[in-house]
Amino acid sequence: MTILKAAGLVKRFGAVDVLRGIDLEVQRGERIAILGASGSGKSTLLRCLNFMELPTAGRIELNRRILGSERRDGQRVYRESELTGVRQRVGMVFQQFNLFPHMTAIGNVMEGLRTVRRKSRAEARARAEKELARVGLADKADAYPAHLSGGQKQRVAIARALAMDPELLLFDEPTSALDPELVGEVLNVIRALAEEGRTMLLVTHELGFAYHVATRVIFLSGGTILEDGPPDEVLKNPRQDRTRAFLASHRQFSF
Amino acid sequence: MAAHWDFASVFANTDALLAGLAGTLRLFAICLVLGLGLGLVVGLARYAHNRWLYVPATIFVEFFRNTPVLVQILWFYFALPILLPFEISPLAAASLGISLNSAAFSAEIYRGGIQSIERGQWDGARAIGMRWGQAMRRIILPQALKRMLPALTNRAIEIFKMSTLASAVAYVELLQQGKLIASLNFNPIEAYTAIAVIFFVLLWPLVQFTYLLERRLKRDE
Amino acid sequence: MYRWDFAPVLANASLLAEGLLNTLKVTGVALACGLVLGLALALFRLSPRRWLSWPAGLVIEVFRTTPPLVQLFWFFFALPLIAGIEMTPFLAACVTFSIQSAAFFAEVFRAGIVSVERGQWEAALAIGLTRRQTLGRIVLPQAVKRMIPAFLERAIELMKTTTLVATIAYADLLFEASDIAQKTFRPLETFTVAALIYFAVIYVFSLLGRGLERRLAVSGESTVH
Repeated sequence: MTILKAAGLVKRFGAVDVLRGIDLEVQRGERIAILGASGSGKSTLLRCLNFMELPTAGRIELNRRILGSERRDGQRVYRESELTGVRQRVGMVFQQFNLFPHMTAIGNVMEGLRTVRRKSRAEARARAEKELARVGLADKADAYPAHLSGGQKQRVAIARALAMDPELLLFDEPTSALDPELVGEVLNVIRALAEEGRTMLLVTHELGFAYHVATRVIFLSGGTILEDGPPDEVLKNPRQDRTRAFLASHRQFSF
Repeated sequence: MAAHWDFASVFANTDALLAGLAGTLRLFAICLVLGLGLGLVVGLARYAHNRWLYVPATIFVEFFRNTPVLVQILWFYFALPILLPFEISPLAAASLGISLNSAAFSAEIYRGGIQSIERGQWDGARAIGMRWGQAMRRIILPQALKRMLPALTNRAIEIFKMSTLASAVAYVELLQQGKLIASLNFNPIEAYTAIAVIFFVLLWPLVQFTYLLERRLKRDE
Repeated sequence: MYRWDFAPVLANASLLAEGLLNTLKVTGVALACGLVLGLALALFRLSPRRWLSWPAGLVIEVFRTTPPLVQLFWFFFALPLIAGIEMTPFLAACVTFSIQSAAFFAEVFRAGIVSVERGQWEAALAIGLTRRQTLGRIVLPQAVKRMIPAFLERAIELMKTTTLVATIAYADLLFEASDIAQKTFRPLETFTVAALIYFAVIYVFSLLGRGLERRLAVSGESTVH
């Protein structure tokens, strides 16, 4: 069952075309790892999928509904209310966590439930406690982000995204900003989510994690998808030279 | 609009307006020099470690920053002459009030700017044998001035606006002339609007310049 | 040697007290209105809609680039003729200083809002909050904490600026002092006392402000990662 479909996605920043025509279909239950060098457009692609960036051209379909409407001159325009609706169904976890510093951990998780889903405080709190427990931070519910470690902050961010019952989860380099010894706790949470069968797109540099957890790996280069296939293929037997070079540079100092 | 606008009578009084402008500019120049100049001295005194410099400077700054300028101007005009054997002119009273107030504010700007230059610069200067005064003059102040420029230009703009307070003691500056024109021609709308426009036209370039400075500073940091 | 004699001044202490009260009244009204109006102006200024941001920008620029005394005179002498309304000194003062402080507060608000990093906006939008909800629940609460020192500075400035009302015969502390000075022929003692009263009141507020600033800096739970 196709949850998301992107066709001919183009994104231009000023004079630079960061995405040069992306076609992507995401089925329910798929876990897609997106790899690529910096500047390849992988973050931009992710951010287009929940409309943090508006595509310059191309179409995005969520659950078979094409988003936006076409203007007379062919340009696609999007209504803010429609985009807000999309973001309530597509969750995103950021590299820089972006927790709300003036709210406690549980406050952060509850925020969407209270303000967007309009649940009562008791209901929201109960659900938030469940999500925090799921990421292993039930005891930190009343702590402020400033008192949490990077790994803990990211786990709260994941709980915050999960509380909205997203159909699709987008992870934008979730562990890149973490100290190495904290990376594991976050990856473990993401793996647990994967085992539950959640649909997710994961931009990451953790190749080993991608190999074990993803059902599909995409390699982005110069704004287009260069390779797309199961992890065994793309990571162990890539077809393109550039993919090979990218993987080699990542393995330079592995032992 | 009920009243019928009559700017002709305002323009007929161009002489009066020019006299006002001259008065405003004169007052501005005096207070700018005195205020920023004295401010530097007081600012350095505030930065000094010597008690005899630091304490009086602090009292000066605290007093003149926390008292309204108009009160000071009136004090200098009405109260001071009692203690002195001579009269204080409106210009003198306004100059004293505005300058001392500006000195107090700019002292803090100078102090902040000087303090923001890191220790390493002092060490470098002393290591080649400079005395405190030389280090301050040749190394610290030149660097600090660049950072202080936006705040100091802001002060200049404030001084220019404060010149209107001199009208309270009947000094001939723009607002005072505006009052005069309004009372002679019974056209307060046109008169005061004209004065407001004149000030806006005079100050706007300076305000834009300050924005430019602030942006440059942010970029360089 | 001049012989100081504070007795006549102290005899009029009640007038001075009344004057002080009136000063605080105008300051209070202008502060409250200025904050509310200032926030509105700031939001208009930040709005992508030209017909909101442009006029707001104009109001802010005009009221920051013209002297407060000119504004006061305009509102007291010119506006009544244009609008055909009665204008008391108190009303003129409140209107003038509300808008004037609003113009300055607007810039403080704007700087504060802009200083909250994009990541906060993005995270809020990502869980489906609308822009308005994001502003109200996520961005403004963080911005306000950072703006408090600037607000206090502006508020203290306002306290000093309101002395201008004495020039349009509003019975504030300065006006009463001038009056008493004339009546008692003791300008030196009267104005000195007035200056000291002003200093005392404003200095106390200034110290309170600094104390508050320090408390906020220490509690620092709002340091953003």
